Amino acid sequence: MYATSTLSETDSKSLLAGFGVPIAQERLAADADGAAEAAVAIGFPVVVKLNGDAIAHKTERGLVRLGLGDEAAVRTAGQELLAKATSDDGEVQLLVAPMVRGSRELIAGLATDPQFGMTVMLGVGGILAEAIGDVVLRLVPITEIDAEDMIDDLGTQKLLGEFRGEPPVDRAALVSVLMGLSAAAEADDRIVSADLNPLIVSDGRPIAVDALVEVRS
Amino acid sequence: MLTNEQFRALFEPRGVVVAGASSHPGKFGFVSLHNLLAGGYQGKVFATNLSGEEILGIQTVPSILDLPDGEIDLAFVCTPASTNQQLLRDCAERGIRAAFLTSAGYGEAGDEGRAAEEALVALAEELGILIAGPNGQGVVSTPVQLCAQIVAPNPPPGRIGVASQSGNFVSSFMNYGVQSGIGFSRGVSAGNAAMATVADYLDFYAADDATSVALAYVEGLTDGRAFIDRLRSVAERKPVVLLKGGATSGGQRAAASHTGSLATDDKVFDGACRQAGVTRAATVEEAFEAAASFATQPLPKGNRVVVLTTAGGWGVVTADALSRTSLELIDLPDDLLAQIDTKLPPRWSRNNPVDLAGGETRDTIPEVMEMVASHPDVDAIIYLGLGIQSNQAKLMRDGRFYPDHGLERIVEYHERQDRRFAEAAAEISDRTGKPILTATELAITDPDNAGPAAVRASGRLCYPSSNRAVTALDHMWRHARHHARRS
Repeated sequence: MYATSTLSETDSKSLLAGFGVPIAQERLAADADGAAEAAVAIGFPVVVKLNGDAIAHKTERGLVRLGLGDEAAVRTAGQELLAKATSDDGEVQLLVAPMVRGSRELIAGLATDPQFGMTVMLGVGGILAEAIGDVVLRLVPITEIDAEDMIDDLGTQKLLGEFRGEPPVDRAALVSVLMGLSAAAEADDRIVSADLNPLIVSDGRPIAVDALVEVRS
Repeated sequence: MLTNEQFRALFEPRGVVVAGASSHPGKFGFVSLHNLLAGGYQGKVFATNLSGEEILGIQTVPSILDLPDGEIDLAFVCTPASTNQQLLRDCAERGIRAAFLTSAGYGEAGDEGRAAEEALVALAEELGILIAGPNGQGVVSTPVQLCAQIVAPNPPPGRIGVASQSGNFVSSFMNYGVQSGIGFSRGVSAGNAAMATVADYLDFYAADDATSVALAYVEGLTDGRAFIDRLRSVAERKPVVLLKGGATSGGQRAAASHTGSLATDDKVFDGACRQAGVTRAATVEEAFEAAASFATQPLPKGNRVVVLTTAGGWGVVTADALSRTSLELIDLPDDLLAQIDTKLPPRWSRNNPVDLAGGETRDTIPEVMEMVASHPDVDAIIYLGLGIQSNQAKLMRDGRFYPDHGLERIVEYHERQDRRFAEAAAEISDRTGKPILTATELAITDPDNAGPAAVRASGRLCYPSSNRAVTALDHMWRHARHHARRS
């Protein structure tokens, strides 16, 4: 095995966005006041998270504040998050993003298999993702037809049609997410794994609201 | 580099020598010679034995060098590993291009064995001889009636080519062939695969006119990506059915991401097979039945299925099984409904499954099957209920009232009808180019029943249950869809 490290959320997102992966618009701020200004520019409600190269599992550490409705809430959340940073986290910032709404969460990503090399994954996301284990994989590189097959092979097909008053998942958009991941893996051989988790289906369109890229260090 | 000519020498030899033949019926050197002769092999048979005994009517000689030049293509080797270097040199002297080695004591036997195996392969490469095995069970090739194996069975001829990393699975697949009548073109146990791997044999099958579907068992892959790339190229030419044992080996995977922990070995392998167009089966019977279906049924052009049944419960269970697959149990089109109405009493199901509800007369089943298969909105049929009447006929024939009270006549009628239904299923399928799968447990509970017996005689598989027919049809449809989407 080789040593790996993770990119910060913003660096992960900008790497993958370069290959056409849809990412929620976001801003970085150095402190709580800056975060409040960013939130005004983006429009409420927003999400505020602690961002940094060494920070991988934010939800588990309580480093995400959802659905903040006004400047005061953003300021408070920003102060609290900065206070949670430890010396291991290195340099940190506040990341402000719009609150993307959608009742369906998918997960997509890249993983290195010891036998088969780089793979692309699509699965049912959310906090139960690992318990449910409804995921499909293909070997990099994939074709658009492979990506369509992946969508067809998910066990939970009902999640892809009309759902709780929301339109069906835009399959072409989902295909381009998977194609983007495959292209990123092909183009950048530092990548060991990547997560788009969750990939929220908002108004039928998949949007990554969090991303994590693991690279060879 | 292995050549087609070497594989020809293995599978279609002009002559075979059993090296290390034995007069003891418990030894491999006897069993292989016996199976070769009893199987009716068409070419010349020779055997070597140090004391030059006559065995099974064959006058053995002490050395391969005592045999004629240019008449033998394959050596079937039952001698101890220590003598095999010299044996290979003798083979080369006599123009032999392939050797199947049953000998143990090679790669499976520690460092020393591995070294001996490497040395043997190096020598074989130098001499231009293909080594199959070592530590394998043998090779079968029905076009020349070759059964050079240290185990049973000798399978019926057919279109399935099998290659296996475990010799016992060659036997298992072929036992299903003996039972079902669905035959094999070639079969080989790769043993330690010192020189020729399962992928090499599949490559040969891909270009082999005698083979229309490849069936393989593998375990313990060392380079999954290379293996699947080779299978992809075979699958582009012929259906490939794969059964895989054990978890793939390989170190720890990166676990910083959720994706890494969700991407289990099995899911990756499954995805790799899907992507390569390889049919992956979960069990040995599923693998055989998928291969048998590819070998004997036309491929479906779509996923729209009609279930034709003579009893309600079977249809319901089959509908449940279909709902778990990529196949669709269609609503019957109005014009088809109206057509079937003309053949059945009003109590028939009037939906799919088409439950004939005991309303059939002499010709109903072939007529309704014809209507359904001819409809453009139907891609495949699963037919249930064959053999029920012959099962009753058997009870009558075996009972104490037979042949009086009109029993002889009714027994004959029932059996004739079941034969007719089975023949109709094959004939209509051939004519319409749509798969029609007949399923009944009688295929295994009473294989002599006129229904399943007639399915076998038609060259098709009689599926032992409707859910197994559904699984096989699902494999066929996924294969067809894979290629349709990429053509």
